Amino acid sequence: MVDLSVNFAGLNLSNPVIPASGTFGFGEDFASLWDLNVLGGIAVKGTTLEPRYGNPLPRIAECEGGLLNCVGLQNPGIDVVLGEKLPWLRSVYKGAVLLNISGFSEQEYVKCCTLASASCDVDAVELNVSCPNVHGGGMAFGTDPASLELLVKAIRKECTKPLIVKLSPNVTDIVAVAKAAEQGGADGLVLINTLLGMRIDINTRRPILSNTTGGVSGGCIFPVALRMVYQVSRSCSVPVIGCGGVSSAEQVLEMMMAGARAVEVGSASLRDPMACPRIIENLPALCERLKINKLSELY
Amino acid sequence: MIDSSLKIVSNLQVARDSMMLRLECPEKPLPGQFVQVEVPGFYLRRPFAVADYQDGILTVVYKIVGQGTAFLAGMQPGQSLSVLHFLGNGFDVQKTAANPCLIGGSVGVAPLLYLARFVPGATVVMGFRSAADVMLVPELEALGCKVVVCTEDGSAGVKGFVTGALPAGMDYYYACGPMPMLRAIASATCVPGQMSLEARMGCGFGACMGCSIQTADGPRRVCKDGPVFKNDELIW
Repeated sequence: MVDLSVNFAGLNLSNPVIPASGTFGFGEDFASLWDLNVLGGIAVKGTTLEPRYGNPLPRIAECEGGLLNCVGLQNPGIDVVLGEKLPWLRSVYKGAVLLNISGFSEQEYVKCCTLASASCDVDAVELNVSCPNVHGGGMAFGTDPASLELLVKAIRKECTKPLIVKLSPNVTDIVAVAKAAEQGGADGLVLINTLLGMRIDINTRRPILSNTTGGVSGGCIFPVALRMVYQVSRSCSVPVIGCGGVSSAEQVLEMMMAGARAVEVGSASLRDPMACPRIIENLPALCERLKINKLSELY
Repeated sequence: MIDSSLKIVSNLQVARDSMMLRLECPEKPLPGQFVQVEVPGFYLRRPFAVADYQDGILTVVYKIVGQGTAFLAGMQPGQSLSVLHFLGNGFDVQKTAANPCLIGGSVGVAPLLYLARFVPGATVVMGFRSAADVMLVPELEALGCKVVVCTEDGSAGVKGFVTGALPAGMDYYYACGPMPMLRAIASATCVPGQMSLEARMGCGFGACMGCSIQTADGPRRVCKDGPVFKNDELIW
């Protein structure tokens, strides 16, 4: 009997698999297909203080081994999320709920984190400082170590939940950004958000995405994510969640061998809504074959 | 919604750059629903409207618009495809309409064939660029529909757009096609109706927010809350 449980920043997860924010909504579209309770945790849709429609269509393009999106943080706003979405999720799901929070100013982030801290339906805050698809915030904080440290410090003062910072890969030195988040008081890190990219329609000679650029995700970014997890987990003392292109139990173990304590699965769920339960189901046999008795021995 | 491997019965050209794919499928769709087909070697599934369902055979009609659909066009009977089905809300068939009209443009005519089985005796108005693009006329006529074909260049049927050929006395419509056509219908008639939208999709089942539109009731996902919307829900 393989022990799949892991501990991440004070959260006890039954297994390391967590659907990534923005690929799972608030769980509604998957709950009718399978029991969400197989999941180690759930990172819900990126939430902002006010409701957001996001960017115009088209928001989706394809590339070899992945896709690009410029959804732009469409969400119903934190009041609806805390008042309706998460109470519903808690009623069907007993594991860890990570509320992904994004903002356009320090005040917005702080206000959202204060509200989240007061909610019994939130187990941890996942700070999104890495959305490439909105102007005036998001990634701007996540690409400058000094402003990131100040932002995390300000939030840390008000946030009573475990504070996990999701980092952007669109930087020259990921270790410097990770250390800044750690200095600011982060309890953990998620690496990585999407890589900034673009596609052009050769018939119209125009960008496919309405926002010109978008975030690249899917299997094609796995090696980049793995490398960043490896570098950061050796340089920082806070635990790391690996995220980027994971679609198999083998890749979960690869991420953990690179230094991740847990793993987020994103785009794989968009092409196969059964991806997360399938990965979790495959983990025990794979561990047995590799003579791993408990996953926590990997970190 | 289930994901299963469906065997190809046939995969044949029906018009210029347009293919009719028939698959063995035990589950029955609602008219206006769609499927997400995984094309081997491509990351995202392709969303295709249900064109017909009869005797355990699911039919979709697709246009070859890029590398994925070009690859699909080369697949042979006997091969299987992973198909996520059935997705979306489908048309809400109105029993009270006396003179319903089905309106389609380009590959958007595909769902009208299956819908016609639920709206007997309807008039069908279809718009295409040119005679080489015209499809599904014999199939619709076999169901007892009165079919009016329009082409932009006049090479088949009536010259012009579908909005110029809407039947007098039409008291309800079901439309599917590109946004400019739907917009033109909305401004050409004040008769109530339903519109099935086309959109680039990510997942096709509501999770990614890749196909959200603004409606009179706030943001709605074309894949999950649609693809069919009442005409007065849509903002033009």
